[in-house]
Amino acid sequence: MARNVSTGTKVGFTIAAWAVALILFSPILWVLLTAFKTEAEAISNTPTFFPQNFTLENFSAVQDRSDYFKHAINSILVSVGSTLLGLIIGIPAAWSMAFAPSKKTKDILMWMLSTKMMPAVGVLIPIYLIFRDLRLLDTVHGLTLIMTLINLPIIIWMLYTYFKEIPVDILEAARMDGAELWNEIVHVLVPMAVPGIASTLLLNVILAWNEAFWTITLTSGRAGTLTAFISSFSSPQGLFLAKLSAASLLAIAPILLMGWFSQKQLVRGLTFGAVK
Amino acid sequence: MGSITLSHVKKSFGEVQIIPDISLDIKDGEFVVFVGPSGCGKSTLLRLIAGLEDTTSGQILLDGEDMTKAPPARRGLAMVFQSYALYPHMTVRDNIAFPLKMAKAPKEVIDQKVEYAARTLNLSSYLDRRPRALSGGQRQRVAIGRAIVREPKAFLFDEPLSNLDAALRVNMRLEITELHQQLKTTMIYVTHDQVEAMTMADRIVVLNAGNVEQFGSPLDLYKKPANRFVAGFIGSPRMNFVDGPEAAKYDAHAIGVRPEHFKLATAPTPGTWKGKVGVAEQLGSDTFLHVHVDGLGLMTIRTDGDQTFSHGDDVYLTPDPTRIYRFDAAGKAL
Ligand SMILES: Nc1ncnc2c1ncn2[C@@H]1O[C@H](COP(=O)(O)OP(=O)(O)OP(=O)(O)O)[C@@H](O)[C@H]1O
Ligand SMILES: [Mg+2]
Repeated sequence: MARNVSTGTKVGFTIAAWAVALILFSPILWVLLTAFKTEAEAISNTPTFFPQNFTLENFSAVQDRSDYFKHAINSILVSVGSTLLGLIIGIPAAWSMAFAPSKKTKDILMWMLSTKMMPAVGVLIPIYLIFRDLRLLDTVHGLTLIMTLINLPIIIWMLYTYFKEIPVDILEAARMDGAELWNEIVHVLVPMAVPGIASTLLLNVILAWNEAFWTITLTSGRAGTLTAFISSFSSPQGLFLAKLSAASLLAIAPILLMGWFSQKQLVRGLTFGAVK
Repeated sequence: MGSITLSHVKKSFGEVQIIPDISLDIKDGEFVVFVGPSGCGKSTLLRLIAGLEDTTSGQILLDGEDMTKAPPARRGLAMVFQSYALYPHMTVRDNIAFPLKMAKAPKEVIDQKVEYAARTLNLSSYLDRRPRALSGGQRQRVAIGRAIVREPKAFLFDEPLSNLDAALRVNMRLEITELHQQLKTTMIYVTHDQVEAMTMADRIVVLNAGNVEQFGSPLDLYKKPANRFVAGFIGSPRMNFVDGPEAAKYDAHAIGVRPEHFKLATAPTPGTWKGKVGVAEQLGSDTFLHVHVDGLGLMTIRTDGDQTFSHGDDVYLTPDPTRIYRFDAAGKAL
């Protein structure tokens, strides 16, 4: 039944929604504008909205001081690498939980989720020591490994939820048709779960890209990602707002663009179970 | 070749025993139907044969070879599911070709067999469609096509027609029977529709609560039901049962008379059962009368379609004495 909503209410809600969106967006807007101001204008006592002396010097300064592209490549390697590794482990794990559950499957799922509720600092010391002894500190593969471990619970949970929607009959048909387990997963399950797997992939790339705690604590120069890159600009030498903004803008731009172009897929994937 | 032997097969889900102990011998080339009420374990038994469920104990032999522990992919059986279970992301062609691809058949062989199956099943013009764009009957044909290309030892069908409308069901029933006569491959067919069971089967397995009540040819089951359950299950409309003094006259705990085995009269003669017509269902060829018989309850009588009766008419029934089924207190046929 269509609900009757008065025009006044609609206008009110629209204004409220725009206001909330604007408040959420304002820090990014501020960063965007400040990045093109001179350092003097950025900290001036009479703040300006639009840059008065539009400049790109912050960007070249940032690139000169610490190599943006090196950090960007590290970010890509770590976020994409850890997500792919996570999917390789997560798909078979989620298959067994969705289609061959045991009595303990629900408990294992809950336990995995509970690790996400634990504060990361709680395991900082042991992880740091293990990484030191295995010589994984400040390496891209070490960082990829830790990022995989951190996001694996989310990957498995998301995949599990999508797989549960797939009729088990179809997998059984594949078994009857002579498909061994590997073929069943590669030729039947994965193609049917493409929307779910794609949104799992997107979300986890974003999460890994934005992750700051481990990337900052486990790297120092060589393996630093863009989050480490930004944080290096709030240094003891002083806070350079315009350069910090330029660095932040460079760091978030790729993921912002990716999120923008994939938002349809993301929304579809994340609401998969709800609207079916 | 495709003989299937079950020897003391048992199946429990956790604490619940679904199949207490079944032994069966299905011959090569036979069309066997499993029939029984909902929840009696027909699908479970079929899935045990398929290998989709593990037996709790007992043995399953295919062509004399012990396959109890073999995974479904190794058993060489094909299955057609009630839900069709087609691969939604593949075209009809790829669906039918899938088992051959899994068997690593060469491309020419695959193409040739897919074309042949498509021609046999009237699917040639749909080969490049997705299952989503097919009707229920076409989907079921694709499922059958997918089953026949791999030339299995036996076909397993789990209520393949129950999602189709009545007219299509009759058509597909004939097609499957014809397919069996053509291929002469063993088929096991699960249904709860006893008309399907009677018309299609070489032999019928009547299941009840996980037990085999009787295993025999359709006419055997109709003429010589082993017990009251089979007598009541096979035949449409259902057999009428009478117990008490009227049964004692025949030296039995209970007697059964099929609706088609009554003489019907409008005037009393000695020894007849008197009743009043409740509902008269006129099918044209036949009329089914639901008669409230004094002291014996509601009975169904089959008469030819030319007889007209209406609600409240008095009728007098005489069961054909040579066609009376007698049962003891445990329900076994005497
Ligand atoms: N995986 C399972 N776990 C627990 N119980 C099950 C499982 N599968 C089936 N059962 C139970 O086993 C019994 C037999 O089920 P089955 O599906 O074999 O019946 P059926 O004869 O095919 O019935 P229908 O005609 O309704 O399809 C049912 O009581 C069902 O609840
Ligand atoms: Mg069933």
